[in-house]
Parts: sequence; structure tokens; C-alpha cells
Amino acid sequence: MLYNEPHPLEVRVLTRRFGLPNSQSIDTYLATDGYVGFRKALEMPPERIIEEVKISNLRGRGGAGFPAGLKWSFVPRESPKPKYVVVNADEGEPGTCKDRVLMENDPHQLLEGMLIAARAVGAETGYIYIRGEYRYIIEILDRAIEEAYARGYLGRNILGTGMNFDVYTHTGAGSYECGEESALLESLEGKRGQPRIRPPFPAVSGAFGCPTVLNNVETFCAVPAILRDGGAAFAALGTPRNGGTRLFALSGHVNRPGVYELPMGFNLLRMIEEVGGGIRGGRKLKAVIPGGTSCPILKAEECDVAMDFDSVAKAGSMLGSGGVIVMDETTDMVKVAVRVMRFYQHESCGWCVPCREGTIWLRKILERLDAGRGQPSDIDLVAEISRNMLGRTFCPLGDAAAMPTISYVQKFREEFEARLPKKVAVETPLVVV
Amino acid sequence: MEELVKLTIDGKQVEVPAGTLVINAAKAAGIEIPAFCYYDGLALQAACRMCLVEVKKAPKLLTACTLVAQPGMVVHTETPAVVEARKAMLEFLLTNHPLDCPVCDKGGECELQDMVFRYGAGESRFLEQKVHTEEKQFSPLVYFDAPRCILCYRCVRICDEGLGVKALGVVHRGVYTEIGPNRGDHLECDECGMCIDICPVGALTSGRYRYKTRPWEMQHVGTICAHCSNGCKTTLGVRNDAIIRANNRDRSGLNGEFLCVKGRFGFDFVEHPERLRTPLVREGGELRPVNWMQAVALVARRFEEIRARGGRIGVIGSNRTTNEENYCLQKFARQVLGTNHIDHHRTGDVVALVDALAGRTGALATTGDLYRTRAALVIAADLAQQQPFLAFQLRANWRHHGLRLYAVTPGPVREEQYAVRSVRCRPGEELAAVEGLAAELKGEPELVILFGDAVKGELVHRLVAFGDSLGIPVKYVCLVDYANSRGAADMGLLPDLLPGYRPVAEAGLERGMALPEILAAPDLDALWVVGANPLKDAPLASTAAFVVVQDLFLTETARRADVVLPAASAYEKTGTFTNVCGEIQQLRKAIDFPGAKTDLEIFGLLARAMRAEIGPANPEKVFEEIRATVPGYNVALPVLAAGGAAPSSPQNGRVPVEWRPELIRSARDTLFRSGTLGRYSQALNSVTEAPGELYRG
Ligand SMILES: Cc1cc2nc3c(=O)[nH]c(=O)nc-3n(C[C@H](O)[C@H](O)[C@H](O)COP(=O)(O)O)c2cc1C
Ligand code: SF4
Ligand code: SF4
Ligand code: SF4
Ligand code: FES
Repeated sequence: MLYNEPHPLEVRVLTRRFGLPNSQSIDTYLATDGYVGFRKALEMPPERIIEEVKISNLRGRGGAGFPAGLKWSFVPRESPKPKYVVVNADEGEPGTCKDRVLMENDPHQLLEGMLIAARAVGAETGYIYIRGEYRYIIEILDRAIEEAYARGYLGRNILGTGMNFDVYTHTGAGSYECGEESALLESLEGKRGQPRIRPPFPAVSGAFGCPTVLNNVETFCAVPAILRDGGAAFAALGTPRNGGTRLFALSGHVNRPGVYELPMGFNLLRMIEEVGGGIRGGRKLKAVIPGGTSCPILKAEECDVAMDFDSVAKAGSMLGSGGVIVMDETTDMVKVAVRVMRFYQHESCGWCVPCREGTIWLRKILERLDAGRGQPSDIDLVAEISRNMLGRTFCPLGDAAAMPTISYVQKFREEFEARLPKKVAVETPLVVV
Repeated sequence: MEELVKLTIDGKQVEVPAGTLVINAAKAAGIEIPAFCYYDGLALQAACRMCLVEVKKAPKLLTACTLVAQPGMVVHTETPAVVEARKAMLEFLLTNHPLDCPVCDKGGECELQDMVFRYGAGESRFLEQKVHTEEKQFSPLVYFDAPRCILCYRCVRICDEGLGVKALGVVHRGVYTEIGPNRGDHLECDECGMCIDICPVGALTSGRYRYKTRPWEMQHVGTICAHCSNGCKTTLGVRNDAIIRANNRDRSGLNGEFLCVKGRFGFDFVEHPERLRTPLVREGGELRPVNWMQAVALVARRFEEIRARGGRIGVIGSNRTTNEENYCLQKFARQVLGTNHIDHHRTGDVVALVDALAGRTGALATTGDLYRTRAALVIAADLAQQQPFLAFQLRANWRHHGLRLYAVTPGPVREEQYAVRSVRCRPGEELAAVEGLAAELKGEPELVILFGDAVKGELVHRLVAFGDSLGIPVKYVCLVDYANSRGAADMGLLPDLLPGYRPVAEAGLERGMALPEILAAPDLDALWVVGANPLKDAPLASTAAFVVVQDLFLTETARRADVVLPAASAYEKTGTFTNVCGEIQQLRKAIDFPGAKTDLEIFGLLARAMRAEIGPANPEKVFEEIRATVPGYNVALPVLAAGGAAPSSPQNGRVPVEWRPELIRSARDTLFRSGTLGRYSQALNSVTEAPGELYRG
């Protein structure tokens, strides 16, 4: 199912099969260059595959934007331990719903990406860790996996090459933190979903203590095209160091919300105006969260920015997971701050002190402010609590809660001040000595 | 040689072995980096964020508890950023902390209090309602007050890593995260209380200690646990002549902070209502209270009378009395009463081991050896149940040094969680199974063999011969049951051996009757039982015998007595114990029990009443005599005085006695049982796991 009409400005690489009849089926897939990239990879030495991914300038689509080829090259191929390929399909970042359309509409593309990664690092087992709420997608994936086994793309001696690769889906149980790679691995191993101490990173010690390639769904989905058309062609679609296209989940006060595949570096204002059809009801743009709620907010005047990792970072935010949340002039920023903090407070795993205690404290102050029961010192306190969390938590969830909060109170301070109770003349109590 | 790494901490040059964590490197340089979740010997957590330090070239503060020292690293522990971060962490910790310090058990010895005092902010900025949950009782001994918990996960780790029990886990998430039982809503565990004492705050509290006192109102007396043979050092908290708690948080003994349920909670037998407070004498078929003078005079008169007519006197000593008392008892029996019918309940064949090891030195393993040895073999014993500290020590060795453990047991044991090889064998076939491991064991660089009472008499010799055949250094531990079981044998509470395993012939004596023979002798004229309960398992054949019993309680044996003398417990006296590994440690008197006297005092009174000379009834003086006359006991006094353990080394020569394997029988106590004594501990009886059983894995 698609959530929106495709837009002419889209460059459809990963979404090219969307809308085709039976786009989930292996027959459609094979009829449209499916598994071509993988067949090519089978002919290539593993280092060449990684090299091709490096050339493509593909950066992780899960949020941090780490170069995928580089990450793969950290896996010690010569290690005697088994290796694993793990897909992060937890898609928990508020404002983000791109992985689900990729899996829903073209599950074989993901499997092909996994196969290529497996070939590159010598893995024989792959897991798709998928959020529990995506139950219906698990069924789609399981069906695709079954088809791939039936056609010899999975299992023993794949396509007669001697390569073995098994893929399993594994469901999460409703925790944002389980999208964080090390917590995901804990959860995959059947333990409580809390993050691990790093280093070692998953590439060296991941699933079951073995070398593991762990990437976002979209990252894996980009790989077949890179192998099929060459890394350079993919790189050329984007900007320097930011190869290819990416799926933006455009939401909020736009006329045509949806998931759009646009080249890296696409201008944000243009995305809102042209792809999104402008602000709803002809109102004015107020602010944009450019990559999911973990990213600092951009004021309207900061939105003339190229949507790639480096440019958005320069503008003081992050490209994150591509969840673009557009807010018009009617948006209440105090309410936004409260809503976002409720999420992080609810999702904090509780492992480390600053995030566990900081998020609940922030939530309570923000709720009080929103209810008109704030104190003048609360606004600075919110910023300071956030700064006390920043860079000091065990995993980046704490930062993800702190960073945007700092941006709300800094950039929209007057809205917080306006919410303070009006000074009432307090009668000086009579002091009887 | 270990590789060394040079780094700079706060301007000081520090050199540490490669792999050292910065938190420990700083400690070595005398710099304290505050920490809650870091705990020596347990897995790293990096959860409390108290140990953040500044490292040159690092963009963020880093946790010193996970950071491995690197050559040339420059670390700062007191910069404004670090000081700020610490203050912030403590502020976070206090936001939802109840701050009920005035009524909290931990108040005064709480790490959170100390940390806030030293590093915290003076003011609170938290105006919100605190998250609160009600206190929970996890077991009769373990309570949990979640709001006080700072989630350092020490309890979870000590239970899992330290003990292999895995009873505690983490439930819920975020600010609602709590420690909780891993199964169900209550603990089914060892009830050791390790989790309580490792807790830096007052979140886990002891069912026995809670709300009883303020820590500073107690005196802290370091002594040795009265229960099993492992000889754990315990620090008793004493107030108004009552023991309020036992722990070893100061890690002052061979056991570090380890104590099992008996050591930590089982001290309460001393205040059991049935404790004897006055001597009893049988009159008209009933035991009636008398005063000490009357009782002692009666015993002295009857002993003199029986001795004068050449009557047969049997003496049964204790596994729980001190070396000094045991020494005096055998001396009394042999020199004053002129009897050699003396014995004690033998729970392991120490005699056979000493004999089999003749000609070797250093072949008895110490508790320290158990932590360091590269390989160990456990034969026919459920260590986690019967020898809890030894089990803890071996597990720690495995966790820290990769001990290779072999277990040959009749049923599942906890050691199988990590054993490299575990073999099940039918009772009686232990040695055959062990011999089947020869090829594997030969590959080990060294070995410590721990064996239970299934290996006795000739089998001990066969085992030692097997050890010799391996061609590697082998040490042994003969497992025995009680606090001074080893000392009872060492001090000659045996019908055929004098103190130090010297044959009785040396003293011109003939072998006397062993314990069952004493009980079965129809013509026995007197039976003197000191701190033992032999009539629980076997009747006394001689109906006419005059029976004297020294004990804490009116045991099955005391009920048959003509005179019962109330004895002081191990916590009420000084002296020494020798543990299962032959390590001698000093007892310190914690309290006085009104009405009771130590067994040594009683011997002194009896001797005086009988106008006999056995030397001063003073533990120090007796120990002097032991040091001078008992082979292997000439240990350094300062070690003992400082609360240390001094290894004894029994005589190094053949012990020419007849093997009597049928006399060797462990009581097979579990964690929750401690012979007759344990029956009087309310704490041990209160837990739902009691009495427990062996070989459940
Ligand atoms: C709190 C938190 C939640 C995250 N959730 C997700 C997620 O739902 N999906 C995802 O792909 N990455 C998520 N990430 C990022 C992953 O940790 C990891 O960086 C990513 O899966 C790596 O894949 P990539 O390099 O292909 O982006 C999350 C990170 C954090 C800190
Ligand atoms: S920052 Fe800490 S509490 Fe928050 S999710 Fe990460 S580990 Fe858990
Ligand atoms: S009492 Fe001992 S065994 Fe029980 S939960 Fe605590 S540490 Fe674990
Ligand atoms: S109960 Fe105590 S030891 Fe356990 S996590 Fe909480 S504070 Fe730490
Ligand atoms: S001691 Fe380092 S984080 Fe707790």
C-alpha cells in the first residue's frame, strides 16, 4: 500500500517498483532487474563489493549517517567466528515511516541487500529485527523469504555457488531503545533491551558476540542498485560525501504528506513547497524538525538548507532518519516540547542515571510550564538539565532527548515565557512576632 | 613480564599494567574517582556516570570505569567540567530519591550520602512530585525499597556472576525501572544477603536488621562465623550485648565480603528463647536448675569417684569449640580423667589425608589457592550447598582467571554451570570416575582436588596415588562440615591420636573407643559430651552412665544428661578456629551471654574442683602451649591478631592408625541447615527454601 501519489520531482531508485502490480512478489522482482546486483556480487571478490559500496558514498539511513562501506570493512572476515547480517527494522523515530513502505512494497530488495552484505563479509545468517507493531509486514517478509528459499536465493548452496545464507525475522516488543543497535542486539539475543558498552562495536562483536553487519532497512535497500548500476552512479545522484537518494517521510502541516524519494541535498524549502504542496491552509511556515524528533528544530528562516548529512549539521541540526516534520505558524512550541519529551521519557530504558532521571524531570517541568504553572527559573532549568544530560548518557537516546529540548527553549523562548503565570499581586502575609 | 603503560592523571605520572582501567590507575596514584556501578571483580556497567573524567583529545567526558589506560593518555579528574558533571549526576540521583535518611538503615554508612556530601550540590532544584512505589518483601530476609535504589546493578551482578544464582533482575523501564526477582514475585535463592550488603544505599535491606539501630550505635567485632568449616570472617554489629547484624563489608578476612545465609543471618541462635541460662542437675528424674558451684562440684565429685574405681569414661568433643578448648578437653580427658575414649563426629577423613600426604609439603590447598589455581576437581560434594565460600571462591577464579573445573558428583551441582567437564557417578564409584579423567587432567598445569566424605580411608590413599600419577602439582582439600571440624582432628579429639596427629602410643596410651563404641558400651560409667549431640542419631547403651553435657540448648543428648552446663557460643568467646583448608583464625568475643560459660572456663572450674592441673584456662595461654607443642601450629601471632588467616601445616609423616572409614560421615547439611545449632536459628528456619537438599543443581 502506498500512502501518497508519487511526485514528479522524485528520483525513484529504491522505490522504483512501488506501484507495480504484485510488487512484493519475487516474479515482479526478477522481472525488474531483481537479484541482478547480487548475481554481480557473486562474481566479485568480497573486498570489491565493499569498495563499490564505499564509492557509492552510501551513508547509514538509520540516523547517524555513518558510511556503510566503511562499516562493512571493519568486519574481520578472517575471524573464525560466524558472522551475522542484522537489519534494523525497528523504525522507532517519531516522524519516520520509510522503512515500512520499503518492506511493504519491495521486500526482495531488502533481502538482496542482505545477501550482498552477507557475501561481502562472509555471513551465513541474517536477522531482520522488526518492530512488533509491524506485524503485517512480518508476514510480507516471511512470504518473501519463503519465495527466496524456493527459488534458491536463500538457504544452502545459493544459485549453485556454495554460498549459504539463512534469514529470520525477529520481532521487537515495543521499545524505541531497541532500535539502538546494541540494545537491538541484546533484545535479539533474548535479553532485556538495553544498550551495551562500546567499544567493541557490532562489526567486531555484535550478535552473540560475533562480527555483525548492522544497518538500517533503507541502507540495505540501496545496496542492490549500487551493485547493479555501480557505486559511482549512485554517488552521482547525491552531493559530495552524501551519495544517492533517500526516502523522506514528509509530515505535519503540508498539503501532501507522504514518503518521497529525493536526491540527497534536495532543498528543504523546495521539498515543503513543491513536493509537499506547501503549507496547509495557506499558512506560514514556523519551523521544521528535519530528521525525526531527535533532531534540533529549525526555525523557518533556517530552512533554506540542502537535505544532506553535512549541510543539515552545518545548519545546527541533523538529517537523522529522514522524518521531516513541518509546523505552521499556529503550532504551540511548548506543546511540541512536552509531546517530544513525553516520548523520550516513556522510551528511556532506565539504564543510566542522566537519561532516566533527566527525562522524567524535564517532562514534569515542561508539563507544568504548559499548564501555566511554571516559574521564571524553569526555562533556564530546562536548558540546564538538558545540558547536564548531553554527552553524558550511556547511549545517544539521552542526547536525542536533550538536544531538541535545548533548541525549543533557545529558539522559542518567548513562547515559554508567555506561558508563565501572570504576576498576581501577592499580599504580604502578616507576620506576627 | 607484564607490559606496563604510562599515563598522566591530574599531572601525575602513573605506570600501570596494560589493560588497567583508568579508575584503577587513578586509585593506584592515590586519586579517587567516584563510582557507584563500578565494582571490583564484577562486570562493567557504565550506568551511573559518576566516574566521568576529561581525557585530552576526547570530545566528551568519558567513563573512567570502562576506559582502558593507553600509553600517553592525559586524564583530568577535577576540571570544572568533571566537577559539574558529578554534581549533575548526584542531583539527578536525588530527584526521585526519597531522602528518608533519618529512618534509613543505611544512614551513616550510605555511599550516596557520602558522595553527595563530598561532590554534590548544596541545594535542591527539584520541585516535582517524586516517583514512588511501595516497599516490597522479596523474602523473609530480603526487603526492597525501590525509591531508594540508584540502579547500580551491583545486586544483580553479585547474584548472577558471584553466586551463579541469578535470582535478581531488572523489571520495567525508564524511571520506573526496578530491581526484582527474576522468577515470580519473591526470591527462591540462596538467601545469602550478598545483595543487601553490596547495595550502596538502603534499597535492599535485611529482614533481621532493618530499623533496629543506627550504624554508629554499634560496635563492630571481627570474628569467625560459627557455622560451617569454610571459616568466613564476619564483622558483628553489636549493641547492648546483642548481635544486631553480621556482614563483612570491610573485606577484612580471607572471604572478602562473602558470607552465606548462615554467616549473615544465622547468628540469631544465640538469642533463641530456649538457650540455657543456668546449669541443670537431674533430681528425681527431672532436670532442675542449680547454681554453677553446685553443678561443678557434683560433676567433679562423680568424675573423681568414677576415676577412683577405674570406671570407663567416654568423652565426646565438638566440631564447634575452639582449638584451645579442644586441646584442653583432650588433655583433661587423658591426664586428669585418665581415659583415652575420646572422639568427635568426624565429617571427613582428614587423618587419612594427612597420612597419605606424608613426606610432602604444601600439598594442602588454602582458600587463596582455590582462587588462583588453574584447575580444580570436585569429588562427591555439592559445594554451593555444603561449602558455600569455597564454591564462591572457585567461581570467582573461573570468572577472573578462567579456572578449569572438573566435577564428579552423584547429582547435578551448580558448578556444572561453568565446569569444563562434569561427570555423574553412582555413590561408591567416584574414584573410578575420577580415574577416567586422567588423560584430561594430565594436560592441566596444576590441580586442586576437593573431596567429600565419599572418599575416605583407603580411597584417600588411592586418590593421592592418582594425583601423583598425573605428573603435575596437586593440592588437596578434605571437605569437613563445621566451623572447627578440622581443629577437632588437629587437636587430637581422637581415640588414637594426640594433638598434631601423633600416635597415642607416644604418650604411653592405648587406643581408646571411638564415638559409636562409646555410645554402644553397655558398661560405660560416665559420658562427657562437650558441644555435640550424638544421641540424636544413636542411643546410649549404658543406662547407668553418669552423663554430663555442655551445650547451648537442651538437645537430645542434654535431655539424657545428669548434669547440663550452659555453654557460651563461638560469638561469646575468644580463641581460634581452623578452617577446612587448615587456616587458623582468631575469634573475638562479641557479647556476653548471661549464665553461660565458655567450655574452656568450665574445664578450668572442673579442674580446680578436682584439684587437677591443666594450666590456666585462658585462651591466649592455651594457644601458646598449642604453638609450642602441636606440630604445624607454630604460626605467627601478629597475623592472627590482625584478623588474618595463618595456614597450619600438620605434621609431615605417616600417621600409623587403623583406617576406620565407617566413622567418617558428613551431616550433609544444606545452605539452610547447620547441624543441631541451625535448628535454633529463626532466620534459617524462616526462609521458604529451607531445609533445601543437595544435588539439585
Ligand atoms: C535511541 C536510538 C534509537 C534508534 N532507533 C533506530 C531505528 O529504529 N532504526 C534504525 O535503523 N536505527 C536506529 N538507531 C540507529 C542505530 O543505532 C544504528 O545507528 C543504525 O541502525 C545503523 O544503521 P545505519 O548505519 O544503516 O544507519 C537508533 C539509535 C538510537 C540511539
Ligand atoms: S541514555 Fe541511558 S537510560 Fe537513556 S536509553 Fe540510553 S542507556 Fe537507557
Ligand atoms: S540473597 Fe543472595 S542468592 Fe538471594 S537474591 Fe540476594 S544475592 Fe541472590
Ligand atoms: S538495589 Fe541497591 S545494589 Fe541493587 S541496583 Fe539498587 S542500589 Fe544498586
Ligand atoms: S562507575 Fe563508571 S559509570 Fe558508574
